[in-house]
Amino acid sequence: MARLRLFGPAREAAGVSQVLLTGRSVGDVVAAAEERFGADFSRVLEVSRIWVNGDDAGPDTLVNDNDEIAVVPPVSGGCA
Amino acid sequence: MTLLPLSPPQVGDWIGVSDQALPVDEAWRWASLPHCGGIVTFCGLVRDHSEDRPGVTSLEYEAYIEHVVPRLAEVADQAHARWGGIGRLVLLHRVGTLNVGDVAVVVAASTPHRSESFDAARFCIDTLKHTVPIWKHETWEGGSDWSTCAHDASPFDGSIPPPPRPVRST
Repeated sequence: MARLRLFGPAREAAGVSQVLLTGRSVGDVVAAAEERFGADFSRVLEVSRIWVNGDDAGPDTLVNDNDEIAVVPPVSGGCA
Repeated sequence: MTLLPLSPPQVGDWIGVSDQALPVDEAWRWASLPHCGGIVTFCGLVRDHSEDRPGVTSLEYEAYIEHVVPRLAEVADQAHARWGGIGRLVLLHRVGTLNVGDVAVVVAASTPHRSESFDAARFCIDTLKHTVPIWKHETWEGGSDWSTCAHDASPFDGSIPPPPRPVRST
């Protein structure tokens, strides 16, 4: 089971800040998350990056139980 | 995760994230060095409005906290690579609930001459907005929602940020 962490709009759309999901790749885990969390989550996902252990990853990136996957929506730190 | 109070390091740049008020005065004083004739300190404040949102009363900054300091450190490294004369750099970001007028972010850069300190500080604030995993949730007189001023969370490599990668297998 891979740990998926959710932040900002992704967390709000999913209703949770983290979840354990089954999957061998980022694409698998993301697909499982979409199935669980629905259309609002998918809309946030469209504009988000996926990180694995803090690094940018694509759908084909393989993951194991020790990896932390994160949905990283567009960021808005700093100030205007 | 418990956030420790911010205090300057023995060596290197002062990089930090805190849910407490940022030490603005200490930051610029720490950046002072005998061979640096200029320090530019930038403070980003919570403003009482944002685009199409009058009457902002508070902000909530949410962070992927484990990756804030590493990403800020990358920005600092890039600044050093561009301006070799930087004496000291400070990059501090606050998280949690902030009210209008609170300091959300502090950047300070000291250099021998003023032009480099302006350039380095500007580079740091402009870059960290794009790279550090922090999200701003605004509360204003008409409601509350995530900031509309958001940027694709690109890793900084000195180039224009690429478009988001697809997240699904095709």
